[in-house]
Amino acid sequence: MAAVESGEIERVFREEYGRAVAVLVRGFGDIDLAEEAVQEAFTVAVQRWPATGLPPSPAGWIITTARRRAIDRLRRDAARQGRHATAALLHAGSEPTEEGPVQDDRLSLIFTCCHPALATDVQIALTLRLLGGLTTVEIARAFLVPEATMAQRLVRAKNKIRAAGIPYRVPAADELPGRLRAVLAVVYLVFNEGYRASSGDALARDELCTEAIRLGRLLADLLPDEPEVVGLLALMLLSESRRLTRTTPEGDLVLLADQDRARWNRELIDEGQALVRSCLRRNRPAPYQIQAAINAVHSDAPTAGATDWRQILQLYDQLLLVAPTQVVALNRAVALAEVEGAAPALAAVDRLGLDGYYLFHAIRADLLSRLNRNSEARRAYGAALALVSNAVERTFLERARGALPA
Amino acid sequence: MKQYLLSVYPAAAQPDASPEAMQTIYRDVDALNSELQTAGAWVFAGGLHPESTASVVRLKDGEVLTTDGPFAEGKEHIGGFWVIKAEDLDAALAWAAKATRACAAPIEVRPFEDEPS
Repeated sequence: MAAVESGEIERVFREEYGRAVAVLVRGFGDIDLAEEAVQEAFTVAVQRWPATGLPPSPAGWIITTARRRAIDRLRRDAARQGRHATAALLHAGSEPTEEGPVQDDRLSLIFTCCHPALATDVQIALTLRLLGGLTTVEIARAFLVPEATMAQRLVRAKNKIRAAGIPYRVPAADELPGRLRAVLAVVYLVFNEGYRASSGDALARDELCTEAIRLGRLLADLLPDEPEVVGLLALMLLSESRRLTRTTPEGDLVLLADQDRARWNRELIDEGQALVRSCLRRNRPAPYQIQAAINAVHSDAPTAGATDWRQILQLYDQLLLVAPTQVVALNRAVALAEVEGAAPALAAVDRLGLDGYYLFHAIRADLLSRLNRNSEARRAYGAALALVSNAVERTFLERARGALPA
Repeated sequence: MKQYLLSVYPAAAQPDASPEAMQTIYRDVDALNSELQTAGAWVFAGGLHPESTASVVRLKDGEVLTTDGPFAEGKEHIGGFWVIKAEDLDAALAWAAKATRACAAPIEVRPFEDEPS
């Protein structure tokens, strides 16, 4: 049998970790035990597979090995402490041995991780840890928090799940829409955290985008009849297709209009656009699908000048109907500037009460400079700079202000 | 089955409810209590007199010391509580949703440490 590269085991780990943890959580009702057993199973795999080659079903092998490890561990505990561990062992023993509807286990687990009784930052950390198999260090680095803080957050979350009795199950139909919104929000937050142009740890950020898309694909596989699930996946794929062109090799921000479209990832665009078309056929528009459609229009344009801004403006009008927020209205104004000019767009922006949002000032500044109102533009860039926290965006705004005619 | 404490925090919601509003609350809470009993989720419940009626007992240098007033400073004190049995947190939260409607006040849900045998 062919030797197995360590990269291949890594790939199996990324793809199967969440599945294995989910199956064991269902079987044993204990997250820590499940995580430990699955990690041990992968440790054995790393030792054994390079010599033996991949087993016919790597996931099945990992799950079987992990389950044996978990039962061994419970037996040891039972011998030491008696009653409690014995009960868990009996519970585990009553589980069917075949893998069953494995994917449903991951779906149950993601709803546990994104339960409304857990804070959003906790939901994100748990989802990345349990379904993505990211280490505590990786999650901490990606969210720029100390490792000890992240470790404590995860321990507390797992304690709350156990103590408060947060269930492992897919919510009933009447609860599903609200609960699914929370799950999609977590996945999109993970993606955006990775997508943000930042001078931070680039590898950690890549990992977040990859993981968010992996989760998006999983959800789209498991809930194919939920158009927003498909819409979110399309939105992430179309955004991801441009990610490498969003910054220069030096790490400077490149606006959509200035990006090298030849370097956009065609494969991701084709997949994202096909998903957008499937959403259009279903005709149940909602925010993620409409945002994906807006991105699909951008992806269609061979040059920035060829962008169909009218269609984008119509999509923003539709988005405003289902998500009437000030931020959506601000983005709509950007499209309005391309269709009707900077003056009506500025009037629309000035009606918004987004004084504390740096993009409000940045967009105002750009519109003012297009209208040759340069001293006002300079002040607006100043207001944006006072609010921006991201170093890459700060540099961009400073340059734009510096480029204004004196 | 797990047990949960559902605590009512009235001050945050309604400092001065009208007598009519209070009557509605009493009626709705009664109805909820019956529902809990019928469903087999009821363990115990009660409303409390205001925190001005509270006393605190503690040990100080080995002596029992009794003081007037509630233990915690601040405005938010428990006005009443339920102890319920529920399958899991979702079931407990569903009861809490009914309770917050009935009392017109926020409800804190906390799991008890030990499962009843």
